[in-house]
Amino acid sequence: MDFMGYIRKDGKVGARNHVAVIPSVVCANDVAQAIVAQVQNAVGYFHHQGCCQLPPDLDRVTDTLIGLGCSPNVGAALVVSLGCEGTDTECLLKAIEKTGKPVEVICIQELGGTSHAIAAGINAAQKLSIGISGFRREPVDISNAVMAIKCGASDATSGMASNCVLGYVADKVVDLGGTVIFGETTEFIGAEHILVRRAKTPDIGQKILNIVNRMESRAKSLGCDMRRGQPTPGNIAGGLSSIEEKSLGAIVKSGTKKIEGVMEYADMVIDHKGLWIKDTPGREPEILTGMACTGAQCMLFSTGRGAPQGFPTMPVLKICGNPNTYERMMHDMDVNAGRIIIGESTIEQVGEETFDFMLRVLSGETTKNETIKYFGSMDIYTLGPVI
Amino acid sequence: MNLNIALKVNDRDNVATIFAEVKAGTKVEVRDKKGNSETITVAGDIPYGNKIALFNIHIGKQIYKYGEEIGVATQEIKKGDYVHVHNLDSIRGRGDL
Repeated sequence: MDFMGYIRKDGKVGARNHVAVIPSVVCANDVAQAIVAQVQNAVGYFHHQGCCQLPPDLDRVTDTLIGLGCSPNVGAALVVSLGCEGTDTECLLKAIEKTGKPVEVICIQELGGTSHAIAAGINAAQKLSIGISGFRREPVDISNAVMAIKCGASDATSGMASNCVLGYVADKVVDLGGTVIFGETTEFIGAEHILVRRAKTPDIGQKILNIVNRMESRAKSLGCDMRRGQPTPGNIAGGLSSIEEKSLGAIVKSGTKKIEGVMEYADMVIDHKGLWIKDTPGREPEILTGMACTGAQCMLFSTGRGAPQGFPTMPVLKICGNPNTYERMMHDMDVNAGRIIIGESTIEQVGEETFDFMLRVLSGETTKNETIKYFGSMDIYTLGPVI
Repeated sequence: MNLNIALKVNDRDNVATIFAEVKAGTKVEVRDKKGNSETITVAGDIPYGNKIALFNIHIGKQIYKYGEEIGVATQEIKKGDYVHVHNLDSIRGRGDL
């Protein structure tokens, strides 16, 4: 089973070939945006971190940006530094250079301010863009695929249709030797005992319990009921009454395979194969970033109420479980898994259709959100306060 | 006339999910995965994707979907009643307790 991908110097395989413009701190976003607007095939990671945070968070931001820059979907990278950020720009540059891809850096303060930095950044990104524009796709085995999975804006159809489709595809990718990553630790609460039973070793089971306890303790720390935060008002209107109900429906998307281990938020895939958990929150901007910095070439995203967003360098395939939502939002939704709810199709039929679509997307076909550039809202998940 | 369908996911479940908007007093056909079915009259207006009780559930007792606990009843729930946040309480993530 093959797809057509870009084989990178470090041996990884990309499904996209973008120039990533990476602000090393929130204060560099406007300059990065101006560069992205001007240069063909450039996309930006416009996050809001990188300064006045505690050192573990600053390290996490640096590591996340390294993961994003090293993603095989990125052909070249331009780092936009302000010059006084808390992230480690030098370390970021070195780590991306190590993959063998071209990297440039501009520093706003050194270049004499915004307008000079924008001009220098456009020139640098133009050169990078031309440099990678001739790269060609080659056939590669599906075992090179790293697929992220997620559900968002869920309703009662998610756990009974679209997440079942994701579970079907996840099992298939694992069987074919690929890598599948799922997260949303908040949505393990009330369903963690089922995941623990699927852990490959007791130690991995304990790690799953630890990340759930950590997330639940954080949620409880403000002394309130977490409902409205999770489940969201939309989840509740869609029929999900509690986090337990939401979680039990959410974990269906991980399929049935053994869980090989637990990754931290900024970890990258090195030689991980099979099904893995990544400790992330459920909210889209942060989990999409966490999954992209893993090195995932694509994400299968299940929704019931209709979540429209994607990610700058990782195509996001929307699998909609609610047939009414699909009709209303068909320009955002890629696959209609609502056919399962109304009895028109089986999970296997929609699963096979989704798998074939995923191979096409990995080979270059664009998803709906990608085509209309609905991928700007991303962020990095940090733990401590802004100080 | 075709009845609206409610799905019972697991044998242990005491609620079923209705994929239609249903008014109080209408009958729905509850189906499980084995093909068994039962007709129940719903006691309240129920929005799309929401749940009805398949049995009487006493206050403080567990509510099950997917064969797993999704919360506890905060009121006496009768067969056919609408089950949601007004009579089901989550027991997780409760920093208020």
